[in-house]
Amino acid sequence: MSLSPDLLTRIRQAAHDHGGPRAAMLEALRMIQHDHGWVCDAHLAEAAATLGVHRAEMEALAGFYSLIFRHPVGRTVILLCDGASCWLNGADAVRDELQRRLGIGFGQTTADGEYTLINVACLGGCDRAPAAVVGRDRRLIGPLSPEGVAKLLEGGL
Amino acid sequence: MLKDQDRIFTNLYGMQDRSLKGAMARGQWDRTADLLALGRDKIIDIVKASGLRGRGGAGFPTGLKWSFMPKQSDGRPSYLVINADESEPATCKDREIMRHDPHTLVEGALLSGFAMGAVAAYIYIRGEYIREKEALQAAIDEAYSAGLLGRNACKSGYDFDVYLHHGAGAYICGEETALLESLEGKKGMPRMKPPFPAGSGLYGCPTTVNNVESIAVIPSILRRGGEWFAGFGRPNNAGVKLFAMSGHVNTPCVIEESMSISMKELIEKHGGGVRGGWKNLKAVIPGGASCPIIPASQCEDAIMDYDGMRELKSSFGTACMIVMDQQTDVIKAVWRLAKFFKHESCGQCTPCREGTGWMMRVMERLVRGDAEVEEIDLLLSVTKQVEGHTICALGDAAAWPIQGLIRHYREEIEDRIKAKKTGRMGAMAAE
Repeated sequence: MSLSPDLLTRIRQAAHDHGGPRAAMLEALRMIQHDHGWVCDAHLAEAAATLGVHRAEMEALAGFYSLIFRHPVGRTVILLCDGASCWLNGADAVRDELQRRLGIGFGQTTADGEYTLINVACLGGCDRAPAAVVGRDRRLIGPLSPEGVAKLLEGGL
Repeated sequence: MLKDQDRIFTNLYGMQDRSLKGAMARGQWDRTADLLALGRDKIIDIVKASGLRGRGGAGFPTGLKWSFMPKQSDGRPSYLVINADESEPATCKDREIMRHDPHTLVEGALLSGFAMGAVAAYIYIRGEYIREKEALQAAIDEAYSAGLLGRNACKSGYDFDVYLHHGAGAYICGEETALLESLEGKKGMPRMKPPFPAGSGLYGCPTTVNNVESIAVIPSILRRGGEWFAGFGRPNNAGVKLFAMSGHVNTPCVIEESMSISMKELIEKHGGGVRGGWKNLKAVIPGGASCPIIPASQCEDAIMDYDGMRELKSSFGTACMIVMDQQTDVIKAVWRLAKFFKHESCGQCTPCREGTGWMMRVMERLVRGDAEVEEIDLLLSVTKQVEGHTICALGDAAAWPIQGLIRHYREEIEDRIKAKKTGRMGAMAAE
C-alpha cells in the first residue's frame, strides 16, 4: 500500500511551494492524512524518502503535533473543544451526550469504524462555544447542545 | 463607539466580498506602489509615530522591532514571519481577518516586508484553521495573478514572495522561536535567546515575527498617517484594536474598537451584556488564558489597554476576554487552564514540564477541596519557581492564571477546603 503517484507529485510540489523539503515535511504528513485518514509507518517512510529527509526526523515531527494521527481513525473524526470558553458554555454536557451516543471515550473509535472522538485544546471557535470540528474537511460547528448532538449524529455529520 | 470611517477591517463580519475585487472596492491595494515609494526608513518612521504595539499579546512597539533588522544584507536574506498560530484559549480575532478580510494581511505583508528589507513573508497558520487557510491562500493567489506580489510587486521594482505554512495542532508554535523551528520542519521547541530572530531567525537569517493583526493594520496606517492611528486610545496604548468576548456574554463576538475603551462598555454594548445582567458578573480573564483573572469589583472601571490591565496586575494579552458569571466555579475554570498548559508544554525545560503537571494536580485537588489550607501558599511558591525560569513564556503563562486566582479568590479556595473537612460541601464544588 504505497502512496499514489498523484500524492507523491503533490508532496514534491509542496517542497517547491514551501521553500524547501524541510519546510514541506509537515505539509506532506497533512496531505497523507487527508487522503488516508491517518499516517501509517509505510506512508511516513515513503514521504521521508521522497523529501530526502531522515525517517526518524519525520517520526519525531509526526509525534509532536497533535493533529497528525499515527493510529487508524474512524471515517469521521470529531474534534471536540476542551477550551475554557466551551466549558463555560456547557461543553461537559455535550461531551457526555456524544460519549453516551457513540459508546466511546476520548481517543477511541466506534466498533463500526464510523466515528473517532478526540478532545482538543481550544479550537478558536470561542464565539461559537461549545464548538467542535468534524470530518476530513474539518468543518467547524457550534454552538452545540446535547440535543443538537443527537440531531447531528442522526443526520450524519 | 468607533465610527465606521475609522474602521480598518471593513469586512470583519464577512458580509461583503472578500475577493481582491471586493477588497479593492473597499480601498485596499490602492496605489500600494506609492506607499512602497516612501522608502524603508519613512515607512518605519510612520509606524513608530503611530504608536502601534504588537497585537499578539506582548505589546512590543512594532516600528522599533522592525528597526532591529539589518539595513544592509551581509549576504543572508531577511524574512518576515507572520504569526497566525492563534492558539491562546478564547482568542479568535485573527481568524476573522484571515477568513473575511485576508487582503489586509497580504498587502500588509508586502509593505511590512519591504520596510524591513525582507525577500519573503512566511505566514504560519494554525492547523485547526482550515477555512481561514483556504481564504488566505486564495487571496495570496489573487495577488500573485494581479502582479501585486512576486517579481516586481505592484510594479515597484521590488520582488516579494508570500508563503503560507500550515501547522498541525501545537499551542507552543505560537511562541516565535518555536514557530521558526516548526517552519524549518522540526518539533516546535522554543530556542534560547539570544540570538534574537532579528539577528538569527528562520534558517539562521535575520527575521522579524509579527502577529497577524499587527501586519494587517499597516496599510491603513500608511495611507492615513501615523497621527490618525495614534489619535485613538490613551498615550502609550494607541490605535484601534480587535476585541473578542466569549463565555457568559449574551452575544459572543469579535469587533473592532478604539483602544482604552472601558471593559464594561465592551461587554454591555458589543457582548450583549453579561448573562443575567452586569450584577451577575463574577470575573473576567481579559486577554487569553494566560492573563490573570480580574474580579467583578475591578471590572467596573477597568480600561482595556496595555497599561490599564497592567495596573490591575493582569495583562492585556490578545484582548479576547473570557467572561464568567456568578454561577461559575472559578477554581475549576483555572484548573482547566492549568490542564491546557500541562498538555501544551513542549517538555523541553524541567520547571515547565514538571511544574505544569504538578500545578494541575494540586489545582485538581483544590477543585474538590481535598487539600490543606497551607498548600495554597505552597502552590503559589511553585508558580513563582516556574515563572521566569524557562526558555519561553509558556511557563509564565501557566503560572499567572493560578497566581491571579489565589490573589483574588483565596477565601473561596479556603472555604472549599474547610467545607470538605467538615463534610459540608456546596453543591457547586461537588459537581
